[in-house]
Amino acid sequence: MTTVTKESGAPAPAAEDAFLSVRDLHVSFRTEDGVVRAVDGLSFDLRRGRTLGIVGESGSGKSVTNLTILGLHNPMFTTVEGEIVLDGQELITAREPELEKLRGNKVAMIFQDPLTALSPYYTVGRQIAEPFMKHTGASKKAAWERAVEMLGKVGIPHPKERAKDYPHQFSGGMRQRAMIAMALVCDPDLLIADEPTTALDVTVQAQILDLLKDLQQEFGSAIVFITHDLGVIADMADDIMVMYAGSAVERGTVDEVLRSPQHPYTWGLLNSMPRLDSDLGTPLTPIPGTPPSLLTPPSGCRFHPRCGFRGEVGGTRCVDEQPLLPLGRGGACHLTAEQKRTIFIEQIKPRLR
Amino acid sequence: MKEEVVDVTKDEATLPAPRDAAADGPGEPLLVVEQLVKHFPVKGGFPIRRTIGAVQAVDGIDLTVRVGESFGLVGESGCGKSTTGRLITRLLEPTGGKISYRGQDITHASRKQLAPIRSEIQMIFQDPYSSLNPRQTVGKIISGPMEINGIQPSGGREERVRELLEIVGLNPEHYNRFPHEFSGGQRQRIGVARALALEPKLIVADEPVSALDVSIQAQVVNLLQKVQKELGIAFLFIAHDLAVVRHFSHRVAVMYLGKIIEVGDRDSIYTRPRHPYTHALLSAVPEVNLDGTDEAQRERIRLAGDVPSPISPPSGCRFRTRCWKAQDKCATQEPPLVQISGNRPGHLTACHFPEEPTVEAREEDIVLDPALAALEDTQPKTGGAGD
Repeated sequence: MTTVTKESGAPAPAAEDAFLSVRDLHVSFRTEDGVVRAVDGLSFDLRRGRTLGIVGESGSGKSVTNLTILGLHNPMFTTVEGEIVLDGQELITAREPELEKLRGNKVAMIFQDPLTALSPYYTVGRQIAEPFMKHTGASKKAAWERAVEMLGKVGIPHPKERAKDYPHQFSGGMRQRAMIAMALVCDPDLLIADEPTTALDVTVQAQILDLLKDLQQEFGSAIVFITHDLGVIADMADDIMVMYAGSAVERGTVDEVLRSPQHPYTWGLLNSMPRLDSDLGTPLTPIPGTPPSLLTPPSGCRFHPRCGFRGEVGGTRCVDEQPLLPLGRGGACHLTAEQKRTIFIEQIKPRLR
Repeated sequence: MKEEVVDVTKDEATLPAPRDAAADGPGEPLLVVEQLVKHFPVKGGFPIRRTIGAVQAVDGIDLTVRVGESFGLVGESGCGKSTTGRLITRLLEPTGGKISYRGQDITHASRKQLAPIRSEIQMIFQDPYSSLNPRQTVGKIISGPMEINGIQPSGGREERVRELLEIVGLNPEHYNRFPHEFSGGQRQRIGVARALALEPKLIVADEPVSALDVSIQAQVVNLLQKVQKELGIAFLFIAHDLAVVRHFSHRVAVMYLGKIIEVGDRDSIYTRPRHPYTHALLSAVPEVNLDGTDEAQRERIRLAGDVPSPISPPSGCRFRTRCWKAQDKCATQEPPLVQISGNRPGHLTACHFPEEPTVEAREEDIVLDPALAALEDTQPKTGGAGD
């Protein structure tokens, strides 16, 4: 028996200053093998000008969540329940023309692979100018000038000439810069960056991350930053949400989550990640097992089959009952606050040296 | 344990490869690569296609892997690290230079001559999905190398395969399963078991963990480390992730555009690098700061642009087009890979104007990216780690 306790019954009211607020989001896909519950009861808030980092492994539902915000899922096979409110506007029930008005205007997205996300058929300048023309009604010439200006801003040398180039004439890092230019051309309030630097080399990644941070200062956009790399998250985000198997398992500010993590999965991530300053005497401590299939997710706490602290909770609570995640700082785990603190300080932290 | 290994490397001066005390045959060079070159021809032209250029993937590198040691090769994409791995396993034919394995020249050895050596040099591939035959069972995949080499272990091949499955942490009962029944991490374990089947002396691991999730990555890194230590197998560990390489390798070489620009024991490369590129590479790694100190303790260097094309690499020092210290000399003279004064023995750097041997934060960040520099000038408070 699995008792899924929904977060405080009725969805909690959106925080007053939240610009984007997601409540009890469920996304499931119908596939040949059965129903995949990709996102299962997810809630979060994002304020203007803040960066929310969503970290999780492949299949944790982090990308699906953000495709759903933009309505980019295939409605034929997807069931979406819950509530997504962007600046007072409900998005799940919104019709396609309304979403079209948002995309590229109020909400923009940067994808992982700029080569597949850019059209090989049009010049880079035209692809950047197009959403600007569509959303602001600017003339072709004005939009082109804007595209050139944006390319210059993201650091493409000789933007006037390069705007006439096609994506294949750009290098990987430059394509990602062009994507950023395209995303920012309409001055969006929300920028969703889905693994924007995963395909890039480390020196280029560092340039792009800093560029995004600096541009955020200038444009004041809120950013949802999705990645599997805790180092990148630590660098970019103000707040962190850790996802596992379709649900958020921990959230808090960067400092809170990285320096006093509360969930065994977060502990596992930190302990299994080699760092440049880690002590080489201590071997990495991997999380045992593999992430579960979302066709048949584990009962109760999704993490319980891989969790080493089930004994501390005792009984069958972890197997039967899905732990809650508060909307503020917290971890979705049945351990008591006291247990979490002592386990982290006594068992986890020493291994992080 | 591994720390000690690094420290023993002090008493060797001339060879690029310092002594590895943990090895069985103490410090014996297992694999020696000299001036290895691989150019891939670029065809073009109309109506007759001809060679119009060459991708200079690997352009004259020297390296030595010693018995039982783990040698890391890092660099960004296109620097030639994978090509190097494929040349050493002779999956590619070298354009020039020399590869010798235990004193035997295998640079252009024929298939027949290579056969006995191939069983001693094995490879682990990056993609656990495409490197296993989907139509073969795990048992067949792992016993394949034994079959080809006509090896009949005592107790039979099946017994040996089960033993190998056990070593890599898989259930021996899965002998008759197919690769698709396993997850990515488990598949990589199958790849490791296959590489171990012939009891090799050297394993070339080409990005063995980069396709895996973080939590699984650590499992495989630990497995490789266990194999390396317990079976005394030498590793050539090719990866782009500097933290993983640091964790796994005794010695590390940094490649840039087909050249090794710096090589040395792990400690030297990670805490006392001299080449500007090594500095830039290390400073670019995003790090989780767990200490609670907000001050940046590491230097911040942001290069401009991407790696140039290996078809027409810059003259002289290949890094000079992105280097903040470049002068005229760098364009005309290629810096040799030598031990710079102040370096530990075995720590070689190819640079005319080496940096200070520290990765501590500098007084002023080096920001070469024009867009970044412009943005940071107008809003001096930003720049995250740089403040």
